[in-house]
Amino acid sequence: MTGLRATTIIIGVGNESRGDDGAGIAAARLLKSRITPGIEVLEQSGEGTALMDAWRGASRVILIDAVCSGVTPGTIHRLDAAATPVPTSIFPCSTHSFGLADAIEMARALHELPPQVIIYGIEGAAFDEGTPLSSAVELAIRAVADQIQKELQIAVLESPPSNT
Amino acid sequence: MKNRTIKVDYLARVEGEGGLLIKVKGNQVSEVKLRIFEPPRFFEAFLRGRHFSEAPDITARICGICPVAYQMSACHAMEDAFGAQIPPPIRSLRRLLYCGEWIESHALHIYLLHAPDFLGYEDAIRMAKDHPDAVKRGLRLKKAGNAIVNLLGGREIHPINVRVGGFYKIPAKSEFLALAEELKWAREASLETVRWVASLPIPDFERDYEFVSLRHPDEYPFNEGRIVSNRGTDIAVREYEQHFAEEHVAHSNALHSATKEGKSYFVGPLARYSLNFDRLPSHVQDAARAAGLGTVCRNPFQGIIVRAVETLYACDEALRLIDAFEMPDRPFVEVEPRVGSGCGCTEAPRGSLYHRYRIDERGLISDAKIVPPTSQNLKTIEHDLLDLVPKNLEMQKDRLQWRCEAAVRNYDPCISCATHFLRLEIEKE
Repeated sequence: MTGLRATTIIIGVGNESRGDDGAGIAAARLLKSRITPGIEVLEQSGEGTALMDAWRGASRVILIDAVCSGVTPGTIHRLDAAATPVPTSIFPCSTHSFGLADAIEMARALHELPPQVIIYGIEGAAFDEGTPLSSAVELAIRAVADQIQKELQIAVLESPPSNT
Repeated sequence: MKNRTIKVDYLARVEGEGGLLIKVKGNQVSEVKLRIFEPPRFFEAFLRGRHFSEAPDITARICGICPVAYQMSACHAMEDAFGAQIPPPIRSLRRLLYCGEWIESHALHIYLLHAPDFLGYEDAIRMAKDHPDAVKRGLRLKKAGNAIVNLLGGREIHPINVRVGGFYKIPAKSEFLALAEELKWAREASLETVRWVASLPIPDFERDYEFVSLRHPDEYPFNEGRIVSNRGTDIAVREYEQHFAEEHVAHSNALHSATKEGKSYFVGPLARYSLNFDRLPSHVQDAARAAGLGTVCRNPFQGIIVRAVETLYACDEALRLIDAFEMPDRPFVEVEPRVGSGCGCTEAPRGSLYHRYRIDERGLISDAKIVPPTSQNLKTIEHDLLDLVPKNLEMQKDRLQWRCEAAVRNYDPCISCATHFLRLEIEKE
């Protein structure tokens, strides 16, 4: 893949077989039905090197993942990862030794991080195998999808007029 | 007399959860404990009552880095139990799948987990700032391995295309050929990797190990062979449990393996290399020699070089297998279950992985035993530390601790694998 992919990519991260860890995947699916063509919506397990490949060449990436920082379940965190380092401690749900936060910091070190990187973290309640999403998280997923949709429209309006 | 304690609560850059405790009294090490607190995972228990055909997919879940190894050992054990013969084209594809796993696992360990030890970085991310080209090479190399597993295994992690008797579906030759271009790059990159790791400042340290690995009449071992050692062991896989045993130790949720005489032994790249140097193609041998290795390697810190040599071999072998690809008549052979037991041992990236199953008249698993490489190496890792610490007591404490952690990482331990086991002992008053 070349660096010419001047585009926005939305990546839902998680494991839908592990309760609220599926929040990112569910949000991505919801957005897929709403987003206009031209914006890619992907689902990823959270393995770091695969994430680095997924966003390579994009001008903007929006990641959605479940987090467990200890606050009320359903709380929505929004991090501007292009501006500040990502605290690895809020992603202990990762089953990967090289997960989302590592992938972002590695890409930053290698100058391969897209110019805009936004992470939406949805605080989970339970991460047990085979359980459904908790109700607080279901609500948060819809709220995150709404917020991303709004953010994208605003960003589109703010973009400079295209020359082509 | 000076007492010192080295305590690492949470080992970094290993797969799974473990810690390290070393107590020193004067010039003597009084205690070394590799504490494995990752919870036990009971895989052997929940295999009981499952259909034999489920073993490859269930056991693959033990590890996200070496699922192919679990699938291969499980398939071979079942085929051993049922007397199934695997045709050469399917056998070749199993080797190809294994090449993919070795490439991805070794590239991950070399570049992201172990190289930072030698270059003095806390992690690969910090190392990447100063060595971006090396890290990029490592990540791309890993991806080349992933691509093989993705194509032939159906997906990169926990592949789904392996079954007892072969594969569910075999991709077209054109799909394999499409991998070749990147694998040619990977072969060059792994040769560069051998040179790069040979230039790292590697500590002098040697021990007289009992190396154990598979040995095949013609090939560098992946799936088949006899279990041999440099102390004269030369046994069929079925005889494994007559020669090696697992024991419970209080400080570890993982069992420790030892020979029946109670001695530690060493499985993994160093053992494979030292017992099978003559099975490597001559140009791979030349690369190893140029990197300063002899035909036997007893310095576990040089494991990073041996892994690079094995990565070169795996790229080379993958290209050879793709070139010689023949579409099998059928993607798998039918196996007819029968009552009995079977054993399989294959070479996971970290070393020999042994499976044994007993199958009942319904084709269900009535008993399972799995011995992963990390369990077999735990005793050896502790012995390395017992030897290493007294030789380096003049070091500052933080440097000595660093060296000890690196010594653990020499084995690329997979603690998640090692705690798959069954036994749970309850002490009653």
